[in-house]
Amino acid sequence: MNTSSTDALSIDGVRKAYGKVQALDGVSFNIRRGEFFGLLGPNGAGKSTLISIIAGLVRADEGRIGVLGHDTVRDWRSARRLIGVVPQELVFDPFFKVVDMLRIQAGYYGCGRESWPWIDEMLVKLDLESKRNASMRTLSGGMKRRVLIAQALVHRPPVVILDEPTAGVDVELRRTLWSFMSELHAKGTTVVLTTHYLEEAQDLCERIAIIDKGKVRVIETTAQLLNRHPFRFLRIKLANEGALPESLRPLVSGEKNGSIELRLDREKHPIGGVFTALRAAGLDLEDVHTREPDLEDIFIELTHDNSRPAVAGGAR
Amino acid sequence: MNQEKKPTLLPPETDLARFSDRVGFVTLTVKEIKRFWSVLGQTVTAPVITALLYLLVFAQAMQGRAQVYPGVSYTEFLVPGLVMMTVIQNAFANSSSSLTQSKIMGNLVFLLMAPLGAWEWFAAYVVAALVRAALVAVAMLLVALLFVPLPVHAPLALLAMFLLSGASLAVLGLIAGIVASKFDHLAAFTNFIITPLSFLSGVFYSVHALPPFWYVASHFNPFFYMIDGFRYGFFGQADVPIGLSLLWAAGFLALLSAICLWMLMTGYKLRR
Repeated sequence: MNTSSTDALSIDGVRKAYGKVQALDGVSFNIRRGEFFGLLGPNGAGKSTLISIIAGLVRADEGRIGVLGHDTVRDWRSARRLIGVVPQELVFDPFFKVVDMLRIQAGYYGCGRESWPWIDEMLVKLDLESKRNASMRTLSGGMKRRVLIAQALVHRPPVVILDEPTAGVDVELRRTLWSFMSELHAKGTTVVLTTHYLEEAQDLCERIAIIDKGKVRVIETTAQLLNRHPFRFLRIKLANEGALPESLRPLVSGEKNGSIELRLDREKHPIGGVFTALRAAGLDLEDVHTREPDLEDIFIELTHDNSRPAVAGGAR
Repeated sequence: MNQEKKPTLLPPETDLARFSDRVGFVTLTVKEIKRFWSVLGQTVTAPVITALLYLLVFAQAMQGRAQVYPGVSYTEFLVPGLVMMTVIQNAFANSSSSLTQSKIMGNLVFLLMAPLGAWEWFAAYVVAALVRAALVAVAMLLVALLFVPLPVHAPLALLAMFLLSGASLAVLGLIAGIVASKFDHLAAFTNFIITPLSFLSGVFYSVHALPPFWYVASHFNPFFYMIDGFRYGFFGQADVPIGLSLLWAAGFLALLSAICLWMLMTGYKLRR
């Protein structure tokens, strides 16, 4: 395995099939120590399977995964002690109170009473203090999600994996969670995030891998990913009735509330050219708005364009 | 789509077979004890009351019948069998229901992701089930002693039979919990294996009173040896020698433990 001493996670040629469905097809990439890393992909891309293999819930058919140099199969105890995973599903044990659940979880990782002050700190940081002695079964969905996050962090793992942690949660929890995770990241924790909220990944992640159909399609820094898009978007609203000139029609990427969005190649389609074509067609503009591409545009382009080759052997 | 794969043993370098996390084991044991303790009425009080009702009804119905063993009344004869039957059923119920519930609720992932090995899982579930079985047995014996005097002929045999039998059924419960993917599967285990075997094990009668076929068939029922050996501990009399009962109970435990540990080490039905 090509593992650098700075790698928090090294994923090497991982394959997994469920019957005839190839969930992961030779996934390889490394996540550096201390990174805030985004793992994106459409539903069924293989993200959760990969996380499950890292966590030991699923066994890979081929390939290896190392957590800070510890193989997840051969040295599984050490590897598991080094990671904390927030599962996607809202699972809980109905028999216990919040604080008991966290202390039990700490015990599974070999942590005794010395972990209790950290548990108390997390209860405060995640706004769970008022629910400290509440039974897990009485908590709302958002509160249960907070407990899941605390459970993943209870043994102070240097690598934290968050599988869709903000799915279906309110804005307040998102803010609380990202503030807390940013604080941990600043102290050196490696954070791996999967999310469908692409703006979250864009704001938080230093590097991003996009997985589709079990393969890594791209892995780059967030800035590189955003810059690789050769387009910009121009939204126009026409002041008078009239058909868009023939030359501009292939550029239309969407229409909404009477506005037309054009996707313009930075090199081939200067904005001035659009205005000239509109004037020549006798069309006046009521409103104009430009937009730079965001991660969602790149995500859609990469995951919808199947002709584009996946990153061969992953990226290091 | 989720095709079942034949489980394979992990490479020998792994330490799955090694018991090495004391804190994890203690935590899981205490958690499993707290789990049944939080519903004590359901897990301890209810089975004790059910067993005492059996005692009341059968003791009344069979009053005046011939003694099963010389110097031992039918009510006296009945108590150890009922205690062991309750031990068997509760040790099985504790580990099987806990594991199945965790699987169905999804919270088993907390255990599966933790650095706990097969031995820690195994030992924690067995110890917790034995604690519940001991509580049920002691409660039953204390109440029964109000009505029937019970001698203790061989306390060590009594303890050995309790530990071997309770542990066997705790392990069988673990196996059932691993195999079951819904409560229906668990109910089938209980209704078609545990209940028939425990009722046909000589709780309410001596196997010597049975017709020849059932007499022979009883000797292939491991629960028969568990109850017979336990009864020997009280009266010093039994249908088969105590050594044979101990051997059967120990062999049954060893066989079930081997199967269960293989399942835990390979992740059978636990890890995909």
